[in-house]
Amino acid sequence: MRPVRFALRMLGREWRSGELGVLLLALTIAVAALTGVGFLVGRIRTAVAMQATQVLAADLRVDASQPVSKADFAQAREDGLRSARTADMLSVVFDGQRSQLADIYAVTPGYPLRGRVLVADQPFARAEPAGGIPPRGVVWLDSRLLAALGGHVGSQVSVGAATLRVGRVLISRPDQGGTFTGLVPSLLMNAADLPRTRLIQPGSRVHYSALFAGRRAPLKTFKTWLEAHLRPGEHLRDVAQASPQIESAVERAGRFLTLSSLVAVLLCAAAVAMSARRYVTRHFDVVALLKTLGASRGLTLRLMALQLVGVASLATLAGASIGYLAQAWLALALRGVLAEKTLPAASLTPVGIGGLTAVALLAGFALPPLWQLSRTPAVRVLRRDIGPPPPSVLLAFGPAVAVIGALIYWVVLDWRLFAEFTAGLAVFIGLLTAAGALLTAAATRLRGRVGVAWRYGVANLGRRRTDSVVQIVAFGVGIMALLLLALIRNELDAGWRRTLPADLPNYFFINIPPRSRGAVLDFLHSHGARTTRVLPMMRGRLTAIDGRPVGSIRFKERQGRHFAMREQNLTWTGTLGGDNRIVAGRWWTHAQFGKPLVSVATEFEHWLGLRLGEELTFDIAGKTLTARIASVRKVEWDSFKPNFLIVFPPGLLEKETGTYLTSAYLTPADARSLAAFSRRFPGVSIFDIDDLLFDVRSMLDKAILAVQSVFFFTLLAGLTVLLAAVQSSRDQRRYESAMLRTLGASRATVMKGVLAEFAALGALAGILAAAGASVAAWFLTTRVLHLPYAFSPGTCAVAVAGAVLLVATSGWLATRSVASQPPLVTLRAGS
Amino acid sequence: MHDVSLDIASGESVAVVGASGAGKSTLLALLAGLDLPTAGRVLLEGRDLTALDEDGRARLRAQRVGFVFQAFHLIPALTALENVMLPLELAGHGSAREPALETLRRVGLGDRTGHYPRQLSGGEQQRVALARAFVTKPAVLFADEPTGNLDTVTGARIGQLLFEMNADSHTTLVLVTHDQDLAARCRRVVHMEAGRLL
Repeated sequence: MRPVRFALRMLGREWRSGELGVLLLALTIAVAALTGVGFLVGRIRTAVAMQATQVLAADLRVDASQPVSKADFAQAREDGLRSARTADMLSVVFDGQRSQLADIYAVTPGYPLRGRVLVADQPFARAEPAGGIPPRGVVWLDSRLLAALGGHVGSQVSVGAATLRVGRVLISRPDQGGTFTGLVPSLLMNAADLPRTRLIQPGSRVHYSALFAGRRAPLKTFKTWLEAHLRPGEHLRDVAQASPQIESAVERAGRFLTLSSLVAVLLCAAAVAMSARRYVTRHFDVVALLKTLGASRGLTLRLMALQLVGVASLATLAGASIGYLAQAWLALALRGVLAEKTLPAASLTPVGIGGLTAVALLAGFALPPLWQLSRTPAVRVLRRDIGPPPPSVLLAFGPAVAVIGALIYWVVLDWRLFAEFTAGLAVFIGLLTAAGALLTAAATRLRGRVGVAWRYGVANLGRRRTDSVVQIVAFGVGIMALLLLALIRNELDAGWRRTLPADLPNYFFINIPPRSRGAVLDFLHSHGARTTRVLPMMRGRLTAIDGRPVGSIRFKERQGRHFAMREQNLTWTGTLGGDNRIVAGRWWTHAQFGKPLVSVATEFEHWLGLRLGEELTFDIAGKTLTARIASVRKVEWDSFKPNFLIVFPPGLLEKETGTYLTSAYLTPADARSLAAFSRRFPGVSIFDIDDLLFDVRSMLDKAILAVQSVFFFTLLAGLTVLLAAVQSSRDQRRYESAMLRTLGASRATVMKGVLAEFAALGALAGILAAAGASVAAWFLTTRVLHLPYAFSPGTCAVAVAGAVLLVATSGWLATRSVASQPPLVTLRAGS
Repeated sequence: MHDVSLDIASGESVAVVGASGAGKSTLLALLAGLDLPTAGRVLLEGRDLTALDEDGRARLRAQRVGFVFQAFHLIPALTALENVMLPLELAGHGSAREPALETLRRVGLGDRTGHYPRQLSGGEQQRVALARAFVTKPAVLFADEPTGNLDTVTGARIGQLLFEMNADSHTTLVLVTHDQDLAARCRRVVHMEAGRLL
């Protein structure tokens, strides 16, 4: 006996007879959901790492106060890496009589190794990629510098001893830094022109950087070499140091998407269990016969297992293909969320994970019934009432529970999260099952008031109650997930509109000197700008918390150390803005002005693990200030008004006030006056946040689209559960339909009954979904997003109608052949 | 079953008759090692079935025993030819195809080898089952109501075929049946009632 050949032949035949179709479909959808998300998250993760390298303009960067050794570049070349150099210094740039302090950034060809330089033909105009560095004799000035000098593209500027032509307007370069540092306007030039400028003299303050990029393996080798050869004053930076926060955000988003896809996997598991059950009951006779003809129990088990492996392989292949196509489409739809135009190619890891999942699902949900099948006694060939002994509870549910647990743990990789998620899931499923059972009972009770076909259909719901509840829950979950996202999206859109009025500030003005404060505001008001509050700003360092030096404190949160050690932006004010809410302590009264108090934002409190009443010591321009935390504020950063993590009361820091900042709304027409503004207030930095706002909105839309696509698989999984349930009730349905038709029911009556059953099922699933999604949306909107919630009966009605249509159509299509079979054929076969 | 003692000689044909529920099928199950008695012994070709485990009995069946059932019990997933090849393959025969084809020709189904059970009539299905039973040249053939699911004419033809093949292969035959004509063709007829041999 060659079990493989025999098993494959059986598999082929079972496939043609449709026996394994639902099993395969369920596994395929599970694999597709997991691999699709796996592919996408993998690609985004790589893209984000690449994006992080743009902050460095390279994969690896050495910053130094002396030119980086030629030996480093020689070694990089040897390792097959690309390299470039930059030199960066402050100098005054002249255009005729006008002058402006600027950051002179000289670069060699190849710069930037990662990311893009964006340029335009006009100041503050739409940008395009530069595709190179300024040619010799040409410089690119940023909008503010050009406006301050009153120059234009084509005019000549003096940089040190050299006269250079303005070739284009510099809009951005990757390594300019995302924070408010480097606020001096900047000029990009070719490093070959640097000697002519004679800017670099002994004693000049120049920052040198060496940039390196290339493939991962040689880069790693080179980094090790570089670390061993770093000279004093040289500082090495790579991606991991560039953006730990972005990476952890991507990790979290990835985990969320994978967990979402697990919902689909769990539903598919239910379908697998249902089809396996049917497979087993249909194969009692075959196994009994094989044993009668001399097959051992081991052989029958091997045959079944081989068939399952065949099904798992097919499902992996089909699922991974579907998953790949789905993520390719999603990646296309998500274009723009990430700066990269095209995402890097997907790795093949998710296919392996998909395959393992398929095998695990089968092992957990199909193997126990098959194990039971292999225990079918041979004597069943003579006495059909004899089946295998019932399985032990441990065998029936143990593997399934173990597989689900393992899958969830694999995604969350944290015992506490695992416990929370599984407990939440269990409660959620329990609630839905209870609700499903109640709805089924209610529907069954109402059946007497409608016609015969409907009564027959709805009675079926009650008779196959367990199956009905499973189907209602499975479908309900699929629809609920999609509906919840639709509701939240509505609320978010409405919420955005409510919180983002048309005149939301779209420009920030920073570095306003105290003496120009009045003039700046006058200028802005006279040019139609609507300004928000004006706050003073100074820089300082946190040196101690409750007397303990911050350097010696171990922070619980990963960001803690970073936020404690960096230079802090500080302000003082007596007025609590409407976009700030006190969550602990009290805002200072007039009488407390001048007292050593401080108010911190909730983020700062959380990251540093601070408590009300603790004392923070700051070094502000050489002056030490110790202040007690008097209040903690929840800040709505999206008000786009000036806001600070750390706020002092008036009367403490007036002397240390360096500059002011404000934000304002300017219409596109009014924004043209900003060129004149820059000329008049060359020291004031302007940040345009219009683009950023647009980005945030479109990113939100796209993120919701991504999650919705994942939940689409959940809906498909719900459909599979329905098919599995229909399949498992097929023989019974065939017999009942034959009986009804023998008793005189027309085919139309039988079909109407089927339609009624599935329409009712769809309606119940829809009602469950609408109720669940509305409650969840209310919770998320009011408790998490802090927006008012409005029930959307329209959206819910559409969802219920959609559910009825979808379930009724699918159910009808799946059972049509059963009802159309002539009754005589069925009754003869059943005798 | 109570107090049953029955010897069947090699090459003998025995019909077991009796009313429904008399214990005929149970006796057959015990004789073929499909089930085990709570007390007593069953010897098949001198080997004690009660001393063998399930797989041991299965091995013995594969080598020495053939079956024909009332409900045919063909595997719906396999063609007629594959169904006949099955016991040979289970018994570990290297070339199952040729003997299976030959036996199918003997039962008159040489032109239906590629058909699936559902494409065959009841009579044809029972012929396939006969071919499957004889293809291994078993020492003992157990037949449980082989004509019970067939109309009279077809049943008579199948009975004829069964006895012809049995005579050709000198197989010991144990036949459970309600059909008096069929029983009468056996060398010995034993009657059962309420689990006892009369």
